[in-house]
Amino acid sequence: MSKGNDSISKTLTVVISLCLVCAVIVAGSAVALKPKQEQNRVLDKQKNILIAANLLPETVTAQSIQQAYKTHITAKIVDLDSGEYVEGVDAANFDQRASAKNPETSINLTGAQDVASIKRRSNQAVVYLAKDDSGKFLSYILPVHGYGLWSTMYAFVAVKPDANTIINLNYYEQGETPGLGAEIENPKWKSIWVGKKIYNDDGEMAISIVKGEAPKESEHKIDGLSGATLTGNGVQYTFDFWMGELGFKTYLEKQRQGA
Amino acid sequence: MALSKETKQVLFGPILANNPIALQILGVCSALAVTSKMETTVVMCLALTVVTAFSSLFISIIRNHIPSSVRIIVQMTIIASLVIVVDQILKAYAYDIAKQLSVFVGLIITNCIVMGRAEAYAMKSPPFMSFLDGIGNGLGYSFVLLTVGIIRELFGSGSLFGVEILPLVANGGWYQPMGLLLMPPSAFFIIGMFIWVLRTFRKEQVEK
Repeated sequence: MSKGNDSISKTLTVVISLCLVCAVIVAGSAVALKPKQEQNRVLDKQKNILIAANLLPETVTAQSIQQAYKTHITAKIVDLDSGEYVEGVDAANFDQRASAKNPETSINLTGAQDVASIKRRSNQAVVYLAKDDSGKFLSYILPVHGYGLWSTMYAFVAVKPDANTIINLNYYEQGETPGLGAEIENPKWKSIWVGKKIYNDDGEMAISIVKGEAPKESEHKIDGLSGATLTGNGVQYTFDFWMGELGFKTYLEKQRQGA
Repeated sequence: MALSKETKQVLFGPILANNPIALQILGVCSALAVTSKMETTVVMCLALTVVTAFSSLFISIIRNHIPSSVRIIVQMTIIASLVIVVDQILKAYAYDIAKQLSVFVGLIITNCIVMGRAEAYAMKSPPFMSFLDGIGNGLGYSFVLLTVGIIRELFGSGSLFGVEILPLVANGGWYQPMGLLLMPPSAFFIIGMFIWVLRTFRKEQVEK
């Protein structure tokens, strides 16, 4: 290396021009790939909603997912406190995570309320209504999330038109320990949820994750995951919160009475 | 074009003779984090190899103009830019895997192998050889990661690339998976044994 490299002017020239080149490359790639990434995000969400509704087409391509989503799913906005649908909001582009961060459209949860450790809750939530090819109503698909051991776990819960029986539970975003907590994505464990009832006869949230194997005939009990007690607790709290007063309980009650 | 002896040495040397993880003990951090599943392991290996190769290439191209007082920062800038580009590409074309790898792609920036090769080799060598050196070290890293990944996924989850090989008790089979292998510390043991085996056969690597 020649001595000239260490002069102040050379140092500045090299550093500045390098930064410019790198900035252009980084910004260029970010901007150029943005539409593709956005498309992936939307597609991924649609896919997971369809999985929750058991409506995923056999051949999974971007096109078949969009097509199936269009025919089967309608997104609607619900006001969580009143349990009523909110009209005039663009449900397709509603971002619940952004809404939960905005102080004007969300509430801060107190320690006692915040069982699922999510800190803030959006006042409005999006629900997805699934119908079959003939337009018959099949299920409510509710987005829920809560903190597990390491991460916030996001899921869609599909509920039968009786607004009580679970059709499917689909955890689609989580960062729990692979093989232990991440088994919440295991199809076998998810299948335990099918047919369980969220509320008991008194209308109380009754889902409970028990240690070991739950009795098969039980309407509310779910097998715990061995080696993943804390993740299991997280799932439990997620249901406690989202199926409780601050979550979808009011909405689901209204739906039950209406149906 | 037949590869010259030196080229071969640079390209394949790091796989066994001068393995960045086993001999130089660099880049162990990510080896622990991403190897519990083969799918993520393979993508991580590819990402790291690409970043190491190209960062070495670019650093080598401008090596005669890098002021020594800010050379580490210059190297970091180039590496960081490449990592961001790789991360963006993964998000656009391999969204599911990018979701699983999440933060670890970003952490390639701090992977000691990339920095180590830039500082130790690319600063002194011509671009083409530096590029090969980057690929070679990427391969060496990949070799260890894939070995660890195969062991961890096969015995930890009974599958490879998500395809069930050993039927699990949980799914009605006979294999009781070893939970420890899914936890990051297990990679320490596997890498330790890997180094042990390697040094048993290649005595010259044993430190005095």
